[in-house]
Amino acid sequence: MSYEIAVLTSMSIAILFALSLNLITGFCGQVSLGHAAFYGIGAYVAAMLTKAGLALPIALIPAAVMAGLVGVLVGVASLRVRHDFLAITTMGVGFLFVGIVRKQDALGGEIGISGIPSVAFGRPGLLLLALVCMVLFILLSIYIRRSWLGFAFESISDDEDTARTFGIDVSKFKLLAFVVGTAGAGIAGGLYAHHIRFIGPDSFGFVESITVLAMVIVGGIGSIAGVAVAAAVLSTLPLWLQFVDDYKLLIYGSLIFITMRFAPTGIAGIVRTLWQKRQAQ
Amino acid sequence: MLAIELVIQGIVQGAIYALIALGLVLVYGLLRILHVAHAALYTLGAYIGVIIVNQGGHIIVATAVAMVAVGFVGVGIYRFAYKPLLDKPPLIALIASIGLFIAAEEIYRIIFGAYGMSFVQPPLQQQIELFKGFHLSTARISVVFLSILFIGVLAWLAASTRTGIAWRATVSDAGMAASFGVNIEKVRFINFFIGSALAALAGVMVALLNNLVEPTMGAVPAYKALAIIVLGGLGSVRGTLVASIALGIIESFGTIYLGHIMDRDAIAFTFLIIVLMIRPQGLLTRR
Repeated sequence: MSYEIAVLTSMSIAILFALSLNLITGFCGQVSLGHAAFYGIGAYVAAMLTKAGLALPIALIPAAVMAGLVGVLVGVASLRVRHDFLAITTMGVGFLFVGIVRKQDALGGEIGISGIPSVAFGRPGLLLLALVCMVLFILLSIYIRRSWLGFAFESISDDEDTARTFGIDVSKFKLLAFVVGTAGAGIAGGLYAHHIRFIGPDSFGFVESITVLAMVIVGGIGSIAGVAVAAAVLSTLPLWLQFVDDYKLLIYGSLIFITMRFAPTGIAGIVRTLWQKRQAQ
Repeated sequence: MLAIELVIQGIVQGAIYALIALGLVLVYGLLRILHVAHAALYTLGAYIGVIIVNQGGHIIVATAVAMVAVGFVGVGIYRFAYKPLLDKPPLIALIASIGLFIAAEEIYRIIFGAYGMSFVQPPLQQQIELFKGFHLSTARISVVFLSILFIGVLAWLAASTRTGIAWRATVSDAGMAASFGVNIEKVRFINFFIGSALAALAGVMVALLNNLVEPTMGAVPAYKALAIIVLGGLGSVRGTLVASIALGIIESFGTIYLGHIMDRDAIAFTFLIIVLMIRPQGLLTRR
């Protein structure tokens, strides 16, 4: 039973993390190649606080706030630069986070933080907490998608200049997308730290940023259900197929490449096309 | 004395960055694609170089073979990976390229082993005394010399040959160049060939400097070269060269004076972010 609980926990954390990126990259069209930095910020903040005696559900709030605050900074950067420039800037933010954490003795330096306390009610308690956070974020995503906010995000994603012409406050909505998305990643990071109970700078490097981007892309950029399915499958694939673990990066890399090359709309796009074909018959 | 040493170290590092970043900026100028997988070609070049030298080949032969072979691989990447994506948004090609790069790194790990490879007898390791009390290995000198040589040849090619003129015409307006009878496809092939060959050269040079080739050696240059071409203003060759040398020097000073706060890569990207916030169009480009 404890194995299933661990698998389900990492699955819900991955879904939360992927959906938080989906909000920025999928809904609002702002690519981020450094999303793992916010996951890392949440993980470090939550781990430090629970080690100081705070309960995890409460520690997740400052974790989200901290990640969101740094997210605003990156969001401000996204107002200055666009497209390819933004991709490289966010990638730089990822490297900056790892490079700085690595050198801080207060954060454990290269070695990281170990002995992170377990949560109340142990593993099942953590699973429950992760599930609650995940469901709340899914609901938030659905709400945003259906609201005027989602409409504004989509218009920015489609064509920023046209959106601005129609009186949409592009800067405000971009910042909002970054705040909500990065705060979500912060919560996911806090949960992750208490799931693995050990964190180090290398847990939040570029590979993690790409892994989460792969989930969003393979699922179908912007599709809530598609991204959730892709995150669930990709995060548990290495557990089910032991041999995959050795070739994890090869498979992720190939999946990203093949999806982009042959089906840039991802799982969601494939399902939609099949569905439309069936309707047409 | 330390300052001079740091500047020279920076220039050697900058010359390597320049060789890698030149291929990237050539591709970006022509196709508007951020070609991350370029760094996989640099790693491949390094492996080919080390293997040939260890089999008894001369270092010059090894470098030449690596450059030609990797050049063709580069053309292959264009033909099979990027060409079908040209009409999609540029982000698609960027992400595909990252996927390709990660997969390539893993393939190197599987084929060549995870622990890397070294020269059995590393060539070009003699120390030459430049001036009193100041030594520099032949490998370092050749890095700087070869970079200047190849970049000079490239500049001459672009300025005064028919191919160079066709290339520049395609960069400024592909459709117009095609209507004047330029074979765009051929220009792109040549572009990828030259860029990839330069990356292979950089790979062999780094193998000489460090006497170690690893599957992941491309990771840091891959992203740093992107930072460099962004600093240079995306598409500007002169800007890229200036940014390469500047970054090399800033890093070599930074690791001494800022090393306790952040690592080398973080210094590079701090520089990048600061420059982009002040001048979003890059170092040299005018608005």
